[in-house]
Amino acid sequence: MSKFLEISGLHASFGEGDTEVKAVRNASLGIDKGETHALVGESGSGKSVTALSIMQLLPYPLAHHSGGSIKFQGQELMGAPARTMRDIRGNRIAMIFQEPLTSLNPLHSIEKQISEVLGLHKTLNPTQTRERVMELLSVVGLEEATTRLNALPHEFSGGQQQRVMIAMALANDPDLLIADEPTTALDVTIQAQVLKLLKDLQAEFQMAMLLITHDLGIVRHMADTVSVMSDGEIVEQGDMKVVFETPKHAYTQHLLGAEPKGHPDPAKKNASEVAATGDVKVWFPIRKGVIRRTVGHIKAVDGITLAVRQGHTLGVVGESGSGKSTLGRALIRLEKSTGEVTFEGRSIQALNKNDMRPLRRQMQIVFQDPFGSLSPRLSVRQIVEEGLLVHDIGGDFDERRKIVADVLDEVGLEASMMNRYPHEFSGGQRQRIAIARALVLKPKFIVLDEPTSALDMSVQAQIVDLLRDLQKNHDLAYLFISHDLKVIRAMSHDILVMRQGRVVEQGSADSIFDNPQDPYTKALMAAAFDLKADDTGVVNV
Amino acid sequence: MRISPINQRRLDNFTRNRRGVWSLWIFLALFLIALFAEVIANDKPLLVRYDGAFYTPVFIAYPETSFGGEFLTEADYRDEFVIKLIDAKGWMVWPLIRFSFDTINYDLKAPAPSAPSLDNWLGTDDQGRDVVARLIYGFRISVLFGLTLTIVSAALGVSIGAFQGFYGGLIDLLGQRFIEVWAGMPMLYLLIIMASVITPNFWWLLGLMLLFSWMGFVGVVRAEFLKARNLDFVLAAKALGVADLKIIYKHVLPNAVVATITFMPFTLAGSITTLTGLDFLGFGLPAGSASLGELLNQGKANLHAPWLGLSGFFVIAIMLSLLVFIGEAVRDAFDPRKTYR
Repeated sequence: MSKFLEISGLHASFGEGDTEVKAVRNASLGIDKGETHALVGESGSGKSVTALSIMQLLPYPLAHHSGGSIKFQGQELMGAPARTMRDIRGNRIAMIFQEPLTSLNPLHSIEKQISEVLGLHKTLNPTQTRERVMELLSVVGLEEATTRLNALPHEFSGGQQQRVMIAMALANDPDLLIADEPTTALDVTIQAQVLKLLKDLQAEFQMAMLLITHDLGIVRHMADTVSVMSDGEIVEQGDMKVVFETPKHAYTQHLLGAEPKGHPDPAKKNASEVAATGDVKVWFPIRKGVIRRTVGHIKAVDGITLAVRQGHTLGVVGESGSGKSTLGRALIRLEKSTGEVTFEGRSIQALNKNDMRPLRRQMQIVFQDPFGSLSPRLSVRQIVEEGLLVHDIGGDFDERRKIVADVLDEVGLEASMMNRYPHEFSGGQRQRIAIARALVLKPKFIVLDEPTSALDMSVQAQIVDLLRDLQKNHDLAYLFISHDLKVIRAMSHDILVMRQGRVVEQGSADSIFDNPQDPYTKALMAAAFDLKADDTGVVNV
Repeated sequence: MRISPINQRRLDNFTRNRRGVWSLWIFLALFLIALFAEVIANDKPLLVRYDGAFYTPVFIAYPETSFGGEFLTEADYRDEFVIKLIDAKGWMVWPLIRFSFDTINYDLKAPAPSAPSLDNWLGTDDQGRDVVARLIYGFRISVLFGLTLTIVSAALGVSIGAFQGFYGGLIDLLGQRFIEVWAGMPMLYLLIIMASVITPNFWWLLGLMLLFSWMGFVGVVRAEFLKARNLDFVLAAKALGVADLKIIYKHVLPNAVVATITFMPFTLAGSITTLTGLDFLGFGLPAGSASLGELLNQGKANLHAPWLGLSGFFVIAIMLSLLVFIGEAVRDAFDPRKTYR
């Protein structure tokens, strides 16, 4: 018997001739009714292109299929006329995208957006339409939204927006739901809630679901069957448990072995404090009216006391908007703050720019986005060398060149790469360049602001290993900021859990991970490690 | 020298716009010719051989007495008497066009403005001056004026925009309000008033127009800087302890260059139009200088002599079209989303 959705020998490429990029090569997969099939792979492996091929939504004719067939309930979709496809899209096959805010039209109310889908495929009168919209919103757990039908997307939180997207997708009772990284843009606690919702809905409506993700935890939690994609090809396929327990293909083994794990090397107990804060606050004023009177403050960081010791990593964990990054920047005085900020026992809060400059050598920062943190118009040598020039290190050109070559070698890049430009490197390599830039000054303290978040899983593990090695070799102190508890666990000696600018819990990594005290920390752990949605109401939006 | 891939791509995009490339070559050729206007259209010979010696009247002024004449003033090589003197003991090499922009042709067969003839290819204006010579000199002065104005106002506008955008806050606020007030000043009236106090020449006009033309650049550059100043690589540079001026110059400015370069050809075309307009109204370059605007004005005053208006119109139209086509190709070259298939 043929499957509910059957893709066989799918090819998809962009461009022609020399510039042709073969995004998907000979991909075959099948999904049964009521089944969840996960498509796993790193970025650029062709997952989304496969999904868009099912919907025939690629930018034709730039994109084209040189072969293959996509059969949905026995009907061939490949090259189907536009009219047929319009009938299927949003009606029998629905799709959820990654970024809820950009997938919803910012100028239309949620009611209008959901009823548009209904209006396209069904003939309902206005009362029926409104009833159906209400019903859908309560199905996706947005009961409170039934009183806010005229609200615009930005008035909802990320999790709520994604629920609206799901409601739109479910509007016409689709038989197949394609979820393209549905939770990647969400916080872990919200992610757990949305995944639970998807799972419940699927069971209720007996939909087939194609789940696209790079997160192996989600696959483990959600999928029945799985296809592993690498470089446009499906390298392994089968029952989820079988594939995860006995991976056959080298790439799958690599992927499964690549999750950041392990613990940081033990550090000296009585190491001296490198950087510390006492009740540090960063408040952004909210100004209103003609004369811009300050009517209140956004308390990004609201009274935090911490200390980072030599050779130690302090992990700062929290969801988006909790003030982690602001705290990190305040610590090295890239952000104005009040309260005590000390470096090696010396207060640096009152220092002016010129007095700060020699200290800048000791404290460095590595940012999240490896694409945005490197000047696109400077070569790698110029980028890494800049700090040396500012601080007058390494006399002449050749000597500086040698220092740059050494530091590139230390972060695992080849010295011969120094004349290339950032865009010629992959995300992981760029992050290594950013680390090299910080490291070249031989600092004592580095703020790592989500350095792994924009990277693929296997690359994350490599960067974590690199950072741990560097810490050991140079006795560095890290302030490691992340929303990802797995990475935090792999890196940190001590942990600080932040929420809305305040400390929720603070202590040694072992005590917090093994025995969290605060209900919020508990909910965070459950969501991050078991994808378990919180039902106590601590994290409700 | 290694061309970075991004510049290579830009070059490729530029060359793919055939119209832009052709316009660029034609414009460069015309500009090069116009730069050497003195050796192409002049009322002095390029080289004189007289009595066993060489003379270069284009570069050095010789009194008539050098050629056996009577006056101590500079020789008038178009004078029958001087020609006879020189021909008796040597020869002369003339430029292609035997008129400079201010040479009055006294040998006209018809009253000025006279129609095109073998002597005056596009006729003469109402003072008997050769139109072709005036066009060549006028083209040169227009393009040079436009280029200088564009480059200086770009430098000024980019610097001001950079500071406003990079520091933001109060500096930006004050700068923007000043620009709004300044932009409200009527430039034309200011020029007319100034023209009654001083005699405008090339530099005066340049300075007066510069007072207003820099503002166009501020907007684009400021926007780029506002965007870039909070990017991670700028923060990273601050964390390294790099000084503000160096961050502006090394990290942020390259991002604003694209917007500036895209803007430039159109400013150039605009400057030329403004100069022509002022000349047309009579508030531009001093009387007697070669100017396209003055030619247009003569065309308007002498509708029975269509060669005046028509030649002025075609030169201006072709020049501006070429510049706009080049500008379009430059814009394409710097557009990251432009793809050719």
